[in-house]
Amino acid sequence: MYEKDGEQYFVVDAHQHFWDASPANWVKGQEQYAKGWIECFHAYMGLGPPETHWPLEKFMKYSEDDYVHDVFEEGHIDAAVLQSTYLKEWYTDGFNTAERNARIAEKYPDKLIVNGRFDPREGEAGLKQLEEDAKRYNLKGVKVYTAEWYKGSRGWTLKDPEAQIFLDKCKELGIKNIHAHKGPTIWPLDKDAFDVKDIDVAATSNPELNFIVEHVGLPRIEDFCFMATQEPNVYAGLAVVIGGLMHARPRFFNKVMGELLFWVGEDKMLFGSDYGIWEPKWQVEGFIDWKMPDTEEYSDYPHPTTESKKKIMGLNAAKLYDIEVPAELQLQNGGAPAAKEDAQLVESA
Amino acid sequence: MTAVTATTTASVLGALAEVHDPELDEPITRLGFVTSCEVSPGGDVEVVLQLPTPQCAPNFAFLMAADARTVVRRLPGVRAVTIRLEDHYTGAEINAALGRGEGFAGAFPDETGGDDDLEALRELFLRKALVARESRLCEALLADGDSPEEIAARRVADLPDDAPDARRCIELRRRLGLNHDPGSPAFVLPSGEPVPASGLRRWLRTARLVRMSLEVNGGICRSLLRVHRGVAIDDPEEVLR
Repeated sequence: MYEKDGEQYFVVDAHQHFWDASPANWVKGQEQYAKGWIECFHAYMGLGPPETHWPLEKFMKYSEDDYVHDVFEEGHIDAAVLQSTYLKEWYTDGFNTAERNARIAEKYPDKLIVNGRFDPREGEAGLKQLEEDAKRYNLKGVKVYTAEWYKGSRGWTLKDPEAQIFLDKCKELGIKNIHAHKGPTIWPLDKDAFDVKDIDVAATSNPELNFIVEHVGLPRIEDFCFMATQEPNVYAGLAVVIGGLMHARPRFFNKVMGELLFWVGEDKMLFGSDYGIWEPKWQVEGFIDWKMPDTEEYSDYPHPTTESKKKIMGLNAAKLYDIEVPAELQLQNGGAPAAKEDAQLVESA
Repeated sequence: MTAVTATTTASVLGALAEVHDPELDEPITRLGFVTSCEVSPGGDVEVVLQLPTPQCAPNFAFLMAADARTVVRRLPGVRAVTIRLEDHYTGAEINAALGRGEGFAGAFPDETGGDDDLEALRELFLRKALVARESRLCEALLADGDSPEEIAARRVADLPDDAPDARRCIELRRRLGLNHDPGSPAFVLPSGEPVPASGLRRWLRTARLVRMSLEVNGGICRSLLRVHRGVAIDDPEEVLR
């Protein structure tokens, strides 16, 4: 719980990691990819305030003590979702497996949720593994990384027929939240890998599932917004938006938040720190303090209220993951629906 | 001879300034992607490119490297041209294909869906770039007090000669095969149809989002270049604090 100016916020961090990218875990012969990947992540950390930067060595493998300190003791986090990203072509034991996430999660069962993953290219074996993982970790969500390299293939899309088999399996297993993460490659390579149209297709065909688009489809935020405004089950994951822009590029942060509030709406935006890329503390505190400036440049954008921030910081994610929110931290009037005065404009666009 | 060589290096850099990052619609020279450019006394040219991260998308990386090769080869007096993409996770494949004079499919055999010259990808981003540039010009006119009717009535010839956005819009229309005669409408949809006065504000709402997307991506690239590569370049929007 985070308290500021007499207001109390229930904070759910919907996107966190607990990875091992240390050299001991690099696959022989693939070192350049394993090293390049984590160095790229580390560069992103540089977009946060300097006092929150870590040396690369710590960044490659942070400890359980670091996690507990940064997330629970300092980070104001009430509950968090640990996402899984395997990358076993590059990391021997995986970059950030469900198994590794569970090592922390089982010690804090009332606070931490483990999300699994699937990759349709794994076929029958993948389906079986998903069943086992769902049982073992009580999965309510998965993260899918469509740019993952696998046996010579450099990616896949959610509209592949094989992907639908896995989405059906998710429904059967009670997994309802699909966090989709776009990356720089996809098959075929001549297509725009960041395109979010496949999520549109999957969201339309699977209305009983929720699709959370991580880092709001960046660098295709425009495609994401046009899609999310039409799909009731598509959500904006704010990882990278807050961490990557709020400190480094505050004017862009205002504009991106303004567009998301306009197109997607405050009921469908979820805070995610992307820890270990960025510590949650400065993001939570900074976001609660942030205000849409009252200048002409931003006059067209919705101006979020305290209630909007309570939803974005935790109440929206609590709903998706059935997390119990103490009565005093819920919205007092049950939460008025977000203003939709612009919906007509959007629908007729 | 020294003077000639110096001129040639400058002319190579001048030619490279025509190459745009397709996603950002900005010259690769202004983005700091050209890290070295050497011209031998005999006219052999070697250009080294470095992108903000090793994980930048291979298809866009290929387009920039291939375009760099094309513009440099066009220069008079140039002999062999080597374009080297450095510190990129598909750099080896891309450099080898360029060296063989092959297209994207040559770099990644069996990994493309048939668009071996990436023409569809390129066109998609030319259209996004056109929308983004037009929105900037349109907002400036609205700020100056123009009405939607006045803006919709404007012709290409009415656009300010000295505005880089206006010049680039004409170039983008040319490359997209859209009419860009002086008498054609100044503001067009990606289909080439004029933006109607009645729908101008609605069009601007979506166009502004496309523009913001391009600008934010450019901002993130600049931030990463600074943090990851130690390259500080001109930054029109903001500075990393």
